[in-house]
Amino acid sequence: MRLLRNRLIDLLVVLCGISIITFLMIRLIPGDAVAIMLGANTEVTPDRVADLRARIGLDQPILRQYITWLGGVLTGDLGVSLWTRRPVTTEIAAHVWPTVQLTLLALAIGAGLAVPLGVLMARLRGQGWDMVLRIATVAGLTIPSFWLGIMLILLLTALLPDLQLLGYVPFLQDPVGNIARLLLPAFALSLPILANLARLVRSAMLDALGQDYIRTARAKGAPERAILYRHALRNALIPFVTSVGIMTGYLLGGAIVVEQVFAIPGLGRLILGAIAERNYPLVQATILVITCGFVLVNFVVDLLYAVIDPRVRQGA
Amino acid sequence: MARYPRLLVISGIAVTLMVVLAVFAPLIAPYDPLAQSILARMKGPSAAHWLGTDQFGRDLLSRIIHGLRASFGIAAAAVSVALVVGGTLGLLAAYYRGWTDRILMRCMDVLFAFPVMLLAIGVIAMLGPGPGPTAIAIAVVYTPIFARLIRGPALVLCESDFVTSARCIGASDTRILFIHILPNLASVIVVQTSLLLSAAILVEASLSFLGLGTQPPSPSLGTMLAEGRNFLMLSPWSAVFSGLAILILAFTLNLLGDVVRDTLDPRLRGEQ
Repeated sequence: MRLLRNRLIDLLVVLCGISIITFLMIRLIPGDAVAIMLGANTEVTPDRVADLRARIGLDQPILRQYITWLGGVLTGDLGVSLWTRRPVTTEIAAHVWPTVQLTLLALAIGAGLAVPLGVLMARLRGQGWDMVLRIATVAGLTIPSFWLGIMLILLLTALLPDLQLLGYVPFLQDPVGNIARLLLPAFALSLPILANLARLVRSAMLDALGQDYIRTARAKGAPERAILYRHALRNALIPFVTSVGIMTGYLLGGAIVVEQVFAIPGLGRLILGAIAERNYPLVQATILVITCGFVLVNFVVDLLYAVIDPRVRQGA
Repeated sequence: MARYPRLLVISGIAVTLMVVLAVFAPLIAPYDPLAQSILARMKGPSAAHWLGTDQFGRDLLSRIIHGLRASFGIAAAAVSVALVVGGTLGLLAAYYRGWTDRILMRCMDVLFAFPVMLLAIGVIAMLGPGPGPTAIAIAVVYTPIFARLIRGPALVLCESDFVTSARCIGASDTRILFIHILPNLASVIVVQTSLLLSAAILVEASLSFLGLGTQPPSPSLGTMLAEGRNFLMLSPWSAVFSGLAILILAFTLNLLGDVVRDTLDPRLRGEQ
């Protein structure tokens, strides 16, 4: 319980900080933010500047602005989009699913394949293998996922010209088509985390296999499979779970880029479109929503960590 | 044991080669990266143009060498700033403990809470696209990472006997921090700088790919990839080679950091 309380305090502090930083975003724009925003679409006149400034409340004292803004955020009101005048939450809701789906699918592929791959890599030890595995994992870590995506499109278009690779169909409309189109981008996106996690599982496995309890298990005559999977892997998975939480952040960011390659109408398209038309309130809200989502995921992962590993519970 | 130095030598030479290419780009590149040639558009590799030409007939090899310079330069500038700022904050937090530590690290936690690409995009949204804002964005993103990486080992060092001895003979805080503690962190710094430089190359390339970094017609690997993608089916060379260049650059830096880490860390040396 004390652990839960401490983590909740941490969570609140971080969320508070995030709100301050995203709030300050518009206020820290060098020059007159309002004139810059207007300049994207219309002629800048003093009347229009004053009107827009009042509309987004930039004419108030800064503390008052923050409190008003935070009050809105907490009640689910993130403001209205500058040009369409639709609530920002509606815009985000319209774009959030492709990104979430892509992220989850990539996470499933990466984390799912990393465990067997890592175990396999732990068994391959010795002369030639170490170097091969090292080069393969470093290559996996550093391959730009957007380039990999483009190369996969190039390859598959040459091999199977009829295949529909780009775009997005909602899951409810066509579940098979939805997953089929997301598989390729999700794979491209997942490769770096696959490499990272597989390597983590490998070194954790090697670490675990050198422990006393493994020798004890061997001594009592446990079969090799049981030693590998029941004793070593279970302990090796503990650092794995924490990393998975952190990976979500990488995936969310990577998804924004990969979406562009595969023409997926997700948050990436929303935020880049908003930047192009200098729709700052929309940029601000999108960043706030994604970051809070990411922080909450990590919060849950942290708690899961305590559930899996009794030592964390005791230690706290 | 004998094979680590071999990989170390190979990756060391590869990184040196990249640095030389980046620094002496204007001398090495066979053509002007901006020179267009209507007759030689979207050609494949040939004797005159080793990697072919792009949609304006510009020499791809020259553009990639110059793009490498741009990407490497931006990433290196950003990582240096992040190292100095983040490293100093991490050192101060570890040395003074208490409230200094708590407040500094809380601030870093908040910055750290943002997904890397998202925070970088946010900073660029504020400052406008371009190479300068890209470097600032990457520096902002990596500052908390360096602060955390330095603080951990620095905490251990601050507890060590030689620091206590230095304090006993009346050494000033600045002297202890920079003369006694900092040199002992050299290996951590070298390894992490190399690894984060590799990651920064990828972030820079992503941002340029999205049109937020270096602006055309200036050659940049990410921008070239984005342009090449529009002509993928007509002439894939631009997209293939610019992406490959990003991969090679990030790969060699990461490999170097990785190998150096194993060579310097005696605990890992026996295991892997």
